[in-house]
Amino acid sequence: MADPMKIRATMVGDKVEVKVLMAHEMETGQRKDSKGAIVPAWFIQNVTATVNGKTVLSAEWGPAVAKNPFLSFRFSGAKAGDKVVITWTDNHGDKRSDEATIAA
Amino acid sequence: MKMGRRRALQDGSAMAVMGLAMAAGLLRPSTARAEAWNKAAFEVKGNLNEEVRALGGSAATESKDISMSSPDIAENGAVVPFTVTSNLPKTESIALLVEKNPNMLAANFSIPDGTEPWINTRIKMGQTSNVIALVKADGRYYYTSKEVKVTLGGCGG
Repeated sequence: MADPMKIRATMVGDKVEVKVLMAHEMETGQRKDSKGAIVPAWFIQNVTATVNGKTVLSAEWGPAVAKNPFLSFRFSGAKAGDKVVITWTDNHGDKRSDEATIAA
Repeated sequence: MKMGRRRALQDGSAMAVMGLAMAAGLLRPSTARAEAWNKAAFEVKGNLNEEVRALGGSAATESKDISMSSPDIAENGAVVPFTVTSNLPKTESIALLVEKNPNMLAANFSIPDGTEPWINTRIKMGQTSNVIALVKADGRYYYTSKEVKVTLGGCGG
């Protein structure tokens, strides 16, 4: 199981700014190991962020997203105390979901 | 005879179960997930028009209403930060494309109503290349691009 994400959600005016740091290899499938064999691709394909059941961001990623991906976005319609839930799914079908409470 | 018929029925149902399991197994990597992943779009190589078509559009127009900030020179291609802002009304999605990467599409973000058309993320660049921010707004595609020099590639090996 993958390591937890680091999520920070804070109110900036009437908007919520979310910063996420995920722990993932994001292996491209282009790299070769010391024996010259291609290291198979292993990367996050889908990311979704929801607040109170509403999707506030969704993304499709390829292997070109940097290792241990960082993502930041802003949305409105939530208040301090609400929970931001972020879920990713990788190309192995592994899934990880974490949440953070929006700070004032 | 009755036994034979029963066995046949059992075999039949066992096969049906197997069929379901197989179907589930086959479906698992892509369609059975809640989210979709546009495989074709992630396989386009260095051609913006082709990429726009793979994403379901027809053509993209250059726009000054999209701004992209990144370092002009990236020392480490493995981690290049990008911020994209779209000032186009009804922005639906923001995608980042690296022209000279093995596959140009790096990430595609869907921006629902209520979410700012603003994205900050970090991507890999194999070499110095044009980077394109492709925005879908009100059903049409717009883009802006800039060259980012890379001193050390991020897709090497």
